[in-house]
Amino acid sequence: MRKLGLLAAALGLTLAACGGATTTTDGDEGATSSGGGRLDVVKSRGQLICGVDGGIPGFSFVDESGTYMGLDVDVCKAVAAAVLGDAEAVEYRRLDSTERFTALSGGEVDVLSRNTTWTISRDTSVGLEFAPTTFFDGQGMLVKTDSGITSLEDFAGKAICVETGTTTELNLTDQMRQLTVDFEPVVFQDADAAYAAYSEGRCEGMTSDKSQLVARRSTLPNPDEHVLLEVTMSKEPLGPVTTNNDSAWFDVVKWTTYGLIQAEEFGITADNVATFEGTDNPDIARFLGQEGTLGTDMGLPNDFMAQVIAQVGNYGEIYERNVGADSEFALERGQNALWTEGGLMYSPPFR
Amino acid sequence: MAHDSGGKSFDLKAMLRDERFWKIAFQVITLIVVIALLSFFLGNLNRNLLQQGRAFSFNFLLSQAGFSIGESLIQYLPTDPYWRALMVGLGNTLTLVAGGIALTTLLGVVAGVSSFSKNWLVHKLSRLYVGLVRNIPLLLQLFFWYFAIYGALPQPEEQINVLGLAFLNNRGVYIPWASSAVLAVLGIAATVGAAIAALWLWQWRTKIRIDTGVGGQAQLTALAVLGLVWLAIITLGMNWTVPEGVEGGGVTGGLRLSREYVAALSALVFYTSAFVAEIVRAGIQSVSKGQWEAARTLGLNAGMVMRLVVFPQAMRVIIPPMNSEYMNLTKNTSLAFAIAFPEMYSIATTTYNQTGRPVEVFVVLMATYLILCLLITLVMNQLNRTVQFKER
Repeated sequence: MRKLGLLAAALGLTLAACGGATTTTDGDEGATSSGGGRLDVVKSRGQLICGVDGGIPGFSFVDESGTYMGLDVDVCKAVAAAVLGDAEAVEYRRLDSTERFTALSGGEVDVLSRNTTWTISRDTSVGLEFAPTTFFDGQGMLVKTDSGITSLEDFAGKAICVETGTTTELNLTDQMRQLTVDFEPVVFQDADAAYAAYSEGRCEGMTSDKSQLVARRSTLPNPDEHVLLEVTMSKEPLGPVTTNNDSAWFDVVKWTTYGLIQAEEFGITADNVATFEGTDNPDIARFLGQEGTLGTDMGLPNDFMAQVIAQVGNYGEIYERNVGADSEFALERGQNALWTEGGLMYSPPFR
Repeated sequence: MAHDSGGKSFDLKAMLRDERFWKIAFQVITLIVVIALLSFFLGNLNRNLLQQGRAFSFNFLLSQAGFSIGESLIQYLPTDPYWRALMVGLGNTLTLVAGGIALTTLLGVVAGVSSFSKNWLVHKLSRLYVGLVRNIPLLLQLFFWYFAIYGALPQPEEQINVLGLAFLNNRGVYIPWASSAVLAVLGIAATVGAAIAALWLWQWRTKIRIDTGVGGQAQLTALAVLGLVWLAIITLGMNWTVPEGVEGGGVTGGLRLSREYVAALSALVFYTSAFVAEIVRAGIQSVSKGQWEAARTLGLNAGMVMRLVVFPQAMRVIIPPMNSEYMNLTKNTSLAFAIAFPEMYSIATTTYNQTGRPVEVFVVLMATYLILCLLITLVMNQLNRTVQFKER
């Protein structure tokens, strides 16, 4: 009898505790869901967390003074300038190709600006949103000049180094399947290890996006001994990425990126943006937030593009200083020129 | 006990003072907290996945993988589904585990026993090896073997020919091997079978000699016949192919162990063996001094003292911690992905990256390693039972 009483009392406590537990769980849930979108999170934090590669000269790397540089990094800065008014309010997270999507969908980074190729399966089944392309690239193949390899067919029985979790890994397989060339893939998780293995001769070829191969070649022991094959194996549109189902935040990243392109089309640069104060061109006045409510409609300061251009510059400036004529890589604009100059860079109207 | 008021009226104070009540209550509370935490985290995961439009599901395992894999035990094409790619990874992990356990046992026991050697050099070498290798992280050692040791081998054009039987170059190691996979499996089975039979015969012979004091000649003959049969199967039945160097670099025939595999195997074996050596040393030291002295008094030489008296007793102490070393080795094979060996973890990361299903893939991964380790434990527990004291 006494035992039963004890058990009943213990059970009662169980139920009470259970009730308590459920209420706290509900409370927590309410707190997380009412936290709203990523835009509010970034604003209240006062800092943007941006996922970058960190090891690709020209796109994202750390220079001698310890600051992050590159085209991908400048996109992060542009978003920070748009949302927070300060291009330096960015915390960079170095992510390798296998971590990046998990870090993004897990909320560890707000935006991913890491040479990520826009594909339908990443857009749908992986659950990502792709902002406009900031660099149109194609997959290439780096070989040693004295290897005698001139085409993909020459890779029969040879080894090719590749970084895992990339579209290049899949494109390589597709290309070789089509050519029925039997090759040996040597798949590295870390890009540094992959390039090290290639340069000491484990593989006859190293495949990646052409821009990345050019950038990486400059860091190899003897850059002149390596050459890019005259093949383009795929389309590689690279751009910033956010997660699914957060339209407000995606819009901010998307239109900030478009703004960089539109600014170049308008001819607005970091140096001359101040001279457009009180301009009589209504398009530019709207763009810079002197008229209309384009910025506030998005939950940003109305002059967000003026901030971005003043602190980071327009797309053309970003391109030239990181990978173009003003950099050691001197890549042609090519497909990355404005649509008015025969390229693919095109922004929908700001109105 | 002064609870004479109990029974009908419920005395709260008395209950709160009762130790038995709290014993039950604490267990119930702990259970509730655990369940509440689990359900909160799982619910949170599910909500977040649903919010991103991705319900928890394993259907992706049936879609086409689309990536190629460098080496594989089973037939694999890029058009095969993800589950088959994961099987390839599991196969590669298993070859690493099997080779690792066999070689680690050998090297670890030799290194452990050597630390008792009267030979100054052997003793010091054993201590140096354990001291050095145990204190360097395994990942560093993997890179060291991959880049510094096997990376220093020459290009295929200038490959090293070892007595015309094997070749070494910076792509891998080429050794003689049976001409077909079926023959290779039969050969390995014959070797294991012969070893077990030989052990059994030897124990039988020892038993007869102890019981009767004479004899054992018949068993010795049987042992010799067994050895000859095994030798015949291995030399004549395997249809060996010897690797041959090709003009201008490269090798045909034989078995190719990729540089990734040999580097991963070397690092794992050298690393784990250092721990095994310490376990063996501890086991041997646990045998009381009296046993050594008694054995020597009987006129046994140093080797026989170790083999017949000390080591069998040390086994009781050695086997249980060996179990955890084997499990460590099994789990550590996942580090081989850093040097591009396509084992289970490497294939799994590629899979979750392409499909965007990290949670599902990690469930598969954890289950795989859990099952592997449980299997090892099962075998080791059986082995442990046979070496423990027999109560008579």
